[in-house]
Amino acid sequence: MTFPWLTTLIVVPALGAVLTALVPRGLEVTAKKLALFIALVTAVLTVIATVAFVRNGEPVQFVEQYAWVESFGVYWALGADGISISLIALTGVITPIVLTAMWREAEAERRNPKPFFALVLLLESMLIGAFAAKDVLLFYILFEAMLVPMYFLIGLYGGPQRRYAAVKFLLYNLLGGLIMLAAVIGLYVQAATQGRGTFLLADLVALDIPQSTQWWLFLGFMFAFAIKAPLWPFHTWLPDAAAEATPANAAYLSGVMDKVGTFGMIALALPLFPAAARDFAPAIVVLAVISILYGALLAIGQTDMKRLIAYTSISHFGLIVLGIFALNSQGAAGATLYMVNHGLATVALFVIIGFMIVRRGSRFVADYGGAAQPAPVLAGSLLFAGLAALGLPGLAPFVSEFLVLVGTYSRYRLAGVLATVGIILAALYILLLYQRTMTGPARESTAGFPDLRRRERLIVAPLVALLLALGFFPKPLLDVIGEGVQPVLAEVDVGDPEPLVPAAEGTVP
Amino acid sequence: MTAPTIEYAELLPMLIVFGAAVVGVLVEAFVPRRARHAVQLGLALAALIAAFVQVVRLSGTEIVGAEGAVAVDGPALFLQGAILLLSAVSLLFFAERRLEGGGDAFAPGASSLPGSEAERTLVAQRVLQSEVYPLTMFAVGGMLLFPAANDLLAMFVALEVLSLPLYLLAGMARRRRLLSQEAALKYFLLGAFSSAFFLFGMALVYGFAGSVRLSDIDATLGARVGQEGLLLAGVGLIAVGLMFKVGAAPFHTWTPDVYQGAPTPVTGFMAACTKIAAFGAMARIFYVAFGGLRTDWQPMFWVIAILTMVVGAVVALTQNDVKRMLAYSSIAHAGFVLIGVVAADELGTASVLFYLVAYGFATVGAFAVVTLVRDAGGEATHLANWAGLGRRSPLVAGVFALFLLAFAGIPLTSGFVGKLAVFSAAIDAGAVLLVIVGLVTSAIAAFFYVRVIVLMFFTEPAPEGPTVAVPSAGTTVGIAVGVAATVALGILPGPVLDLAQQAATFVR
Repeated sequence: MTFPWLTTLIVVPALGAVLTALVPRGLEVTAKKLALFIALVTAVLTVIATVAFVRNGEPVQFVEQYAWVESFGVYWALGADGISISLIALTGVITPIVLTAMWREAEAERRNPKPFFALVLLLESMLIGAFAAKDVLLFYILFEAMLVPMYFLIGLYGGPQRRYAAVKFLLYNLLGGLIMLAAVIGLYVQAATQGRGTFLLADLVALDIPQSTQWWLFLGFMFAFAIKAPLWPFHTWLPDAAAEATPANAAYLSGVMDKVGTFGMIALALPLFPAAARDFAPAIVVLAVISILYGALLAIGQTDMKRLIAYTSISHFGLIVLGIFALNSQGAAGATLYMVNHGLATVALFVIIGFMIVRRGSRFVADYGGAAQPAPVLAGSLLFAGLAALGLPGLAPFVSEFLVLVGTYSRYRLAGVLATVGIILAALYILLLYQRTMTGPARESTAGFPDLRRRERLIVAPLVALLLALGFFPKPLLDVIGEGVQPVLAEVDVGDPEPLVPAAEGTVP
Repeated sequence: MTAPTIEYAELLPMLIVFGAAVVGVLVEAFVPRRARHAVQLGLALAALIAAFVQVVRLSGTEIVGAEGAVAVDGPALFLQGAILLLSAVSLLFFAERRLEGGGDAFAPGASSLPGSEAERTLVAQRVLQSEVYPLTMFAVGGMLLFPAANDLLAMFVALEVLSLPLYLLAGMARRRRLLSQEAALKYFLLGAFSSAFFLFGMALVYGFAGSVRLSDIDATLGARVGQEGLLLAGVGLIAVGLMFKVGAAPFHTWTPDVYQGAPTPVTGFMAACTKIAAFGAMARIFYVAFGGLRTDWQPMFWVIAILTMVVGAVVALTQNDVKRMLAYSSIAHAGFVLIGVVAADELGTASVLFYLVAYGFATVGAFAVVTLVRDAGGEATHLANWAGLGRRSPLVAGVFALFLLAFAGIPLTSGFVGKLAVFSAAIDAGAVLLVIVGLVTSAIAAFFYVRVIVLMFFTEPAPEGPTVAVPSAGTTVGIAVGVAATVALGILPGPVLDLAQQAATFVR
């Protein structure tokens, strides 16, 4: 037994949240500093853990397992594979950036900023826990519980329609979660009838579930993940939530938290229900392609910048899901890498738009124009983040997009072609956004735009650096991820593009 | 003819509580008025604690005592322990005197006409009504006996002993007395009806089996062919009586009115403890006596469970009074517990036991929070008054939000573990449809719980809004117990789940 990395990574932010909440009234700045300090400590710890993980080289590491509720077979079971560790690292690195971006946002709403910072730390703890969970119920509990802090973050600090957005967010996700709960219980009962009732992922993967049961359970899981990810037609909560949340919070929501949905697909739904995943893959691919095109088209038509970015996220989540359900190593590795890259690019876009909103006090494209002249660094940052999001070669998302498309094309040719169209549309919405807000003569409203301040540059710099680094040299991360997705694909076991499901397996005689 | 043998040691918890109730009546007669309140409260609390100690001492006992009338076994002891703890917490709320400026939640003279000169005099003299405590102790005694009763007669006696004091208590509110008296009358009339149903069903079952003992009824089930009509009618009528007590649809109509009209501490006590006792009795009678008829009564339970969940969750959406909303929420919860009852095996029993405890603590706590939000007219139960409570008093609003999240079944609260236990028992027993209805109604129910949270935290407070009163130490402790139980059962449910599983076997 070595150092319990994962428990530490869960406990430190959770403890930080409690400490931040306990800071007495009147010392709000201290509370913020404390929260940021803890987020930085967590970030350093995740980076150390990731480096340790890569240097060790084993496929699954940091395994911890303690009985939690013995009569139900629930375990505090944690472990990191390539997929988990890369998302944990993303969470760890993004959190302090987002907290720094929130520094002034909370005050802008004339609200006590303390709960804001405490809730983000709590959310971080739950996210890391969900990415590391090797027990299905533990995952489920965190998956559901993290709705509560996000609900308060949107509802307490957002824009004028925040109440509506927060309730919509919660109800959509709660409904998905409850359907998933039925499937989780169904899975448990399967385990109980085949020997021992347990929620341990490893034991559940080893079960031999009849195909028709697999279908229902798979659909139950996918329903929740498709809402969280979000996949068309379950996406409608995201634009509202992202538009009403403060920009930094929207960044955290779509950049990190929604990754739990796609993570659930690749890390739970595929290995638990391989036969069902094979059977439903074509249908899900269709939904994913619709998401890509629909998200991109709607993004082009948006007048609200935050809504625009939300729709681009829907489009990009479509690509991630497409890669996962291509069911081959390029697709899966590309999709996982895309989760990380999309997190970085979206967070960058949202925080930069947040800087613009702070200056102009409006989130509508039409209120900007010609801002590049007074604020060249701001404009450059927006362009850089935008180009990353649209998949410019040399920046991080390109590599993952390319892998997803290669993987898809080898199995679903038409889907691959249509997805590529989506990428062309991406260029359109990003460049239109840049053109309308930044280029041209400076308007009255933007003439006095101050350029990025020191704190803002500190936020943008690491994001730019990471996007560049992962764009030019993705190999270390890709190796880790590639190793992480291998066991999943082995479980699904799709050989050639024409999979013939063996008729004997799982069918009741 | 030998004298009947009574297992005094095993029946001690009930004897202590009934004894304390009788002594309480004597206290009313002989102790001077000024000292009465304190003496009654001390006596009641001491008795409850002593009885709880006895329950703990008896754990593991499995006997049928008192000539077959009372069973002391796992489910009975588990539920008795829960009832005793929750009653003790409720008594702390009964004794709250700071909120009403020296008075408590009860009318100083229940027989004085509302608005009369006599009432004003009593209020001015700061008279406290201490009969409340012996009445409560009688009710608690009945509740202890109800899930332990092993023959139909003892069960009926227990039902009446627990109900009659509650009818009185419901009518004793200090404020809005007419509403309270109306509630008491409604409760009494409908309760008397349901008792009659129960009694009639009992008679029919006796006609079939020739005995009122549960195990004897069980033994005759297969023996008499051709008279099932009598038996099934009896089972149906008994079910009506019990369904009334747990507040299951379509026998729920009294619940919102009574919950709203009764003094709030009594409502909390009633909502938690009556439900626990009645579900215990229901499980015992349907598992032990009618277990062989499972295929006959399960469809009926299915329909009632579905109806109860749907009615509770959907009608709660339209409520704008906190107490009524909690009443409908308690109806929906009765439906969830019924899912566990339908499972009709040990897993199901264990899940029901756990759910009742989890629900009981959250309910008692939630109603206690309701007593704290007040304006000039007493408790401000209209939901509009709760707007912005999170700004004014983050702690109270946060505690209430925690209870609501537990009711909604959000993970890391006791409500989630309870739902998980009940639903997994039901799926294990093949009741997938019930679980799906349960999940959909949970989602609907979540909407109105969330609505209250939105109101408390995301809405601007009204300028003339209510204030949050600072309660005395007793209420604070009681609410803290509710919070601690809700969180502990959500995060570390293991010990209580294990206990429920060990206690899940009925003695025959």
